[in-house]
Amino acid sequence: MENRGITFGYGFLSQESSFDVQFSLIEYDGSHSYFRAYLVGLLNTILVSVIGIIFATIIGVVVGISRLSSNYLIERTAAIYVEFFRNIPLLLQIFFWYFAALRALPLPEKAEPMFGVFFLTIKGFFVPAFVWNNLDIFIYSVIAAIIAIVFVRIYARKKQENQGIQTPVLSISIGLLIILPLLSFFLGGVDATVEIPVIKQLSQTSFTYEGGLKLPPELISLALALSLYTATFIAECVRAGVQGVSKGQKEAAASIGLTPNQVLKLVVMPQALRIIIPPTTNQYLNLTKNSSLAAAIAYPDLVLVFAGTALMQTGRAIEIVSITMLTYLTLSITISIFMNWYNKKIAIKEK
Amino acid sequence: MNKLNFLSPDKNNLYAYLYSGISLFSLSILLVFLNSFFSLDLTSFLPGTISYFLPLIIGFIGLHLIRIEYSGIKFLDIINKNINTNKFNALLSLLIIFAVIKSLPPLLSWFIIDANFAGDSKDACSGSGACWAYIKTWFNRFMYGMYPNAEQWRINLSFIALAFLGGVGFFATEKFKKYLTLYYVVVYPIIAFLFIFFFISGGPIFFDFSYGIIAAVISIIIGFFIPSKFKMYYFLIIPITIYILLKYVFFYEELIELGKIQAFEWVETGAWGGLSLTFIVSFFCLIFCFPVGLFLSLGRRSDLPIIKYISIGFIEFWRGVPLITVLFMSSVMFPMFLPEDMFIDKLVRVIIAISLFEAAYVAEVIRGGLQALPRGQYDAAKSLGMGYWKMHIFVILPQALKLVIPGIANTFLALVKDTPLIFVVGLLEIVGMLNLAKTNPEWLGFAMEGYVFASIVFFIICYAMSKYSYNLEQKYKTER
Repeated sequence: MENRGITFGYGFLSQESSFDVQFSLIEYDGSHSYFRAYLVGLLNTILVSVIGIIFATIIGVVVGISRLSSNYLIERTAAIYVEFFRNIPLLLQIFFWYFAALRALPLPEKAEPMFGVFFLTIKGFFVPAFVWNNLDIFIYSVIAAIIAIVFVRIYARKKQENQGIQTPVLSISIGLLIILPLLSFFLGGVDATVEIPVIKQLSQTSFTYEGGLKLPPELISLALALSLYTATFIAECVRAGVQGVSKGQKEAAASIGLTPNQVLKLVVMPQALRIIIPPTTNQYLNLTKNSSLAAAIAYPDLVLVFAGTALMQTGRAIEIVSITMLTYLTLSITISIFMNWYNKKIAIKEK
Repeated sequence: MNKLNFLSPDKNNLYAYLYSGISLFSLSILLVFLNSFFSLDLTSFLPGTISYFLPLIIGFIGLHLIRIEYSGIKFLDIINKNINTNKFNALLSLLIIFAVIKSLPPLLSWFIIDANFAGDSKDACSGSGACWAYIKTWFNRFMYGMYPNAEQWRINLSFIALAFLGGVGFFATEKFKKYLTLYYVVVYPIIAFLFIFFFISGGPIFFDFSYGIIAAVISIIIGFFIPSKFKMYYFLIIPITIYILLKYVFFYEELIELGKIQAFEWVETGAWGGLSLTFIVSFFCLIFCFPVGLFLSLGRRSDLPIIKYISIGFIEFWRGVPLITVLFMSSVMFPMFLPEDMFIDKLVRVIIAISLFEAAYVAEVIRGGLQALPRGQYDAAKSLGMGYWKMHIFVILPQALKLVIPGIANTFLALVKDTPLIFVVGLLEIVGMLNLAKTNPEWLGFAMEGYVFASIVFFIICYAMSKYSYNLEQKYKTER
């Protein structure tokens, strides 16, 4: 390395980066440091991973349960979806959504509004944004509601253990989550106005929307591809989990007089979750790692911003690649520690 | 005659319910069919929303009327059991049927009816459908990358030959079955490498080496006709004899002096591409990652702490980072650690990187199989006086590997689907070639066709692999 005149050190992180990033969650421009560029990339990676995980879970659970349906058509549709999306490389799917499907969208000036406020255009998805007054009080009220729910649950469990009476925890929780933030609107002076995107002419032929939130097409196609692809694997995990609960368990539960809902909630789901959680964790990890494919369509994630642009500018390959890899390692280990904790919590408590 | 109650159809007036139900159901399907295929709206005299939802309502009533349990008509019972068990299922079935009918015409017209098949330039594609002429024009590029057109038969020849040599196992008689493992694990990869190096790359092969292979192949072929009594002596004597004959009698002195043969023009790996590159990369990664993964999994369960922790660290590291950063590392970081005059080809670096990456996953899969075996198997093998290697080769691994066939197949599938990522280092396999073709100024605007084409290709490959693995799983399934 010395022969090639390469020095080693992490001092460059505080230097001025002098490049711009298209899409960033925190304030950033060329005058900020490389470290801040790293943070921008990291946050974008986390953003797309979280969106992907949420949607993949929802689609995966729905499809997984559909695969167990007694309805032939539904079962087949779900099976075709799984076989199709699982057998096509993720990169190809990302390219398909970005270069083919989303390019077929209309220009901003020709876009038809959906429900009057959403604009799906070739330049991105424009959605209304909330403009908050006293946002902090609203957040406090949500936190208070969550704490209250935890207390209600502890109380309900104690009551059931002592007196055998069940409390409708779910409806109380939902009520608390709605009522406390609502109170903050009336009493705490919280105020939210909706800002609807409005079309604006930039030049003779170029239009865009102003106000509201803009989701860039890179983010949409990446999140879409990631969640559709990972959902197929999660669906298979869910199917295996529910099938793994033996029939005798359901029959036994029904014979002691539980209602079908109770059978599902108290007998089937807890056992199925034990089978579902470990492989699903792996899928979440895969999704997070796969989000690095963003580099292929120029979504400014960690790999593109840091291991791409920053590496080209500074030429510090070893430092930057090692930081990037360490970051992904940390992300993976964090998710797996969290899921292990959750898995342990729901695992069979053997005496 | 019983009274008709249309709210709860029963068996007594079976045919009255059946005919009214089926006619309503068929009417709803006909409405949607006419609407989507001929854009005829028979119900346009109704208000918009009602007209829109009318087929759904009619079909729903129709399905409700034919929902009669144990009707005694076989076909009806099958329908009721499969798509019409209750109101919710009936609604979902209807929605799916309508969605399929609705989406057929646009798909058909895009794929076939309005599509352009002939022509060799962009002007040929004037229709609203797909432009398959684009795929046709670029087909060679998608298959062979930047490989010179005149030389492409070399790739075809190698692949056909390798497929034939790979299929030998299916024709092997009972007697040769035991050599198959050796053949596939050691001999076949070497032959494959030589084929690719000599034919596709056009590299020099040293004569001694190729003589040896020809000698071995000829003697194996002759070996089929030798009585088994003499086989032992035969395989000791004949290959060496053929080798000497080939080298010193049949061929010219000059060539031996030269010591190598280079029959074809050298094509550097940067020019390789397309689907053939996908195959080459997947093939070598499959071959390398399996043994490495096997040793890693054994290492992870080893009693020696150093080996154990090195294996754990290795596996967890590769599993924790995305493949794209591994490829970055192999392309920008790795060369810095090499001596200045040393150069490793891009393709080789990529194959090593992907192999190591997938080996970590293979290791975890095999570890699952090893852990699933009961302790008794280990104890039994040890009590027979087997050592570590003997125990693993003859007792543990055959059972463990059989258990994890689906897992290994999944890892291999993931590997094949990961190959497009090599665009990071500038190697363009089929997806990379698509992106290149897409930016060609003479062929702008056909991204969709390209991606659909590549999707179909990958789907066929991966689906075939997963079906094959399922067959293997069934074949080796034993009752436990």
